[in-house]
Amino acid sequence: MSSLLNIVKQNFGSRTIAVNGGVHPPEHKQESTKQPIGHLALPKRLVLPLRQHVGNLPKVLVNVGDKVLKGQLLAEAEGNISAAIHAPTSGTVVAIEDALIPHPSGLPDHCITIDVDGKDEWIAHCSTDWRKQDKTQLLESLRDSGIVGLGGAAFPTQVKLRTNAKSHVDTLVINAAECEPYITCDDMLMRERADQILKGVEIAQHLLGAKQCLIGIEDNKPEAAEAMRLACLNSPLAKLVTLKVVVVPTQYPSGDARQLIRLLTGIEVPADKRSTDVGLQCFNVATLLALHRYFDFGEPSLSRIVTITGNVKTPANFEVLFGTPVTELVKAGGGVLADTDDYIMGGPMMGFSLPSIDVPITKAANCIIASAPNLFAPAPPAMPCIRCARCADVCPVSLQPQELYWFSKSSNLEKARDYNLFDCIECGCCTYACPSNIPLVQYYRFAKSEIIAQDRAKEAADLARERNEFRLMRIEREKQERAEKHAQKAVGAKAEVAKPEVGSTIEAIDDAAMAAKKAAIAAAIERAKAQKATTTPQNVSDTKPTVEAEIAEINARREAAKQAVNKQAGDNIGSKQDEK
Amino acid sequence: MLTAVYVMLGLALVLGVLLGYSALKFKVAGDPLVARIDAILPQTQCGQCGFPGCKPYATAIAAGEADINQCPPGGDAGARALADLMGMEYKPLNAEHGLPKPKSVALIDENTCIGCTLCIQACPVDAILGAAKHMHTIIASECTGCELCLAPCPVDCITMEPIAESPDNWKWRYPVFEIKPASPASSSQTGKRH
Repeated sequence: MSSLLNIVKQNFGSRTIAVNGGVHPPEHKQESTKQPIGHLALPKRLVLPLRQHVGNLPKVLVNVGDKVLKGQLLAEAEGNISAAIHAPTSGTVVAIEDALIPHPSGLPDHCITIDVDGKDEWIAHCSTDWRKQDKTQLLESLRDSGIVGLGGAAFPTQVKLRTNAKSHVDTLVINAAECEPYITCDDMLMRERADQILKGVEIAQHLLGAKQCLIGIEDNKPEAAEAMRLACLNSPLAKLVTLKVVVVPTQYPSGDARQLIRLLTGIEVPADKRSTDVGLQCFNVATLLALHRYFDFGEPSLSRIVTITGNVKTPANFEVLFGTPVTELVKAGGGVLADTDDYIMGGPMMGFSLPSIDVPITKAANCIIASAPNLFAPAPPAMPCIRCARCADVCPVSLQPQELYWFSKSSNLEKARDYNLFDCIECGCCTYACPSNIPLVQYYRFAKSEIIAQDRAKEAADLARERNEFRLMRIEREKQERAEKHAQKAVGAKAEVAKPEVGSTIEAIDDAAMAAKKAAIAAAIERAKAQKATTTPQNVSDTKPTVEAEIAEINARREAAKQAVNKQAGDNIGSKQDEK
Repeated sequence: MLTAVYVMLGLALVLGVLLGYSALKFKVAGDPLVARIDAILPQTQCGQCGFPGCKPYATAIAAGEADINQCPPGGDAGARALADLMGMEYKPLNAEHGLPKPKSVALIDENTCIGCTLCIQACPVDAILGAAKHMHTIIASECTGCELCLAPCPVDCITMEPIAESPDNWKWRYPVFEIKPASPASSSQTGKRH
């Protein structure tokens, strides 16, 4: 019996949950982990796109020509979901205009350009005693931190740290899986700054009140896992809550928040709910480190670790200020090899081709891959779908990619939505697995953005309908009001005709009042005249005859002028009357 | 025999009362068909269809007085949706009523505007802000691009600006595969990276 129990325990007791589906592409992580995290020299110019995060664009607070210091707020968060932007170094704002940003559209967007002065002069900043301060105040101050999820989604962190009665967080999941090939920025960060990350974990735990912190790391990063384990042992947090490093098997996309939560806790977050609804919250390691820098040093989000790899001479990781052109990073990576034909931001599975190598590094940019035909062979032409359902096998969110492909391809958008198109995380596993080389994710992205555009148009139409109906109602109401007013006036006129004696008494009263007023005015004039006659100039008693003559002359002139003016006025009135 | 007649009569009476009651209780105000047609129409309120707004056009379609292909802002997709709803054969847009244009919003040249309020009176969705002898301006988010304000303007200071594509409203393109000569490996293909 006990042996049977042991077998059961061995097989089921230790929760070895595998990723739903998923793929395991070549990792290519060794190349860029040979060197420690490097620092880039200050670039001459920084271009900071306002759109670096999910949510509303922030409101710009500076003007062209302003001198800014390192850490100065350039744009503040606007609305609930938004993030602030700070000057990554000191310098002068030289432009606030559209510039090319790293976006799959390749379209320009609002950017603040700073000419770097090279002094790297900090604005006054100080640490916060987050253990003692009120949590709501801490969260409020986090709005000005500019911290967003640095794992790639760039969702404002302050929103994720808010808790209310509805969402109580028991378990904090720390995402250190870094499942995409080539990317090693989190790996290097954990190797070098594990204790700082743990300090960030402390802050997040404090704000959320979590009872358990689980750090999920894929088994292809043993050094990072070891460093994190050591840091956990030394952390004061270990005495307060359960703090554990969990090594998960390397399988893309285990780094997706919902996948990692399932791997670590066995809880599957329902598609229509947030992880906080089931008592979980997930943060990337780099985000937690940014949290530590903000509260313990007062430093807002100014830089991040970026991997430069692929077809470059010395692939490595660098701490890069936001706004630094990709060219600088490529130079730091030893420059590209001759056959480089493209640059990818993000990983090879979910990343996108950069429109230009001059675009800036943003908060979401975790990796730049120089691409070459020998690294990423151009896809062979797409063949028809043979309905082998391999895509369904590898789909981590258990969708039916072959059906979604069918509906997206035929623009049958409603049907695609019914098949839960919006649960697709665009991980690219289906595209990777497809034996017919169909770019499935491209079809899903097309269908998604088409549906979103349709929904927006529908909203606009509803608004227009409402406003049009209100306008028609208003015009009708105004018409009625006018009719009523006319009717009332007509009634009033009739009443006046019918009661003349009332009108005459009012007139009589008016006349009496006017007469009284006129009498008062006349009396006042009389008084003034009398006063004038009695008063004489005080300084004319002993004047010389010459002066007296002069005075007389001036008086005569004044009199003449007065008469002339009076005459002119009379003429004018006369002429006006003539005109009439 | 008589029982059967009574039963039938009784049933008829009960059902009749039930039907009469539900007809009063669940009375639908307005024509539901008009509302459904109106939901498909783009609510531009431009009057290009020959009716003074989307709702009158919807009413006319429901009454069979207007054709389904008179709405240029709705485009081909709109005509198809109307054909679907009405159970009619699809018809391409009638060019008499104008051609579909890219979606745009009106823009007032504020240096030229004399503040006559004529455009405010013309706007079907109250998207123009201003007062007599004061400069007017368009609330861009509310403008449907109907162009009804263009004609009344005595100084021609209103222009229609097509809505430019930005990262905010940009859409992923439908995957298209270029057919190229087989020899050199192309650089622009980005479909699959492994």
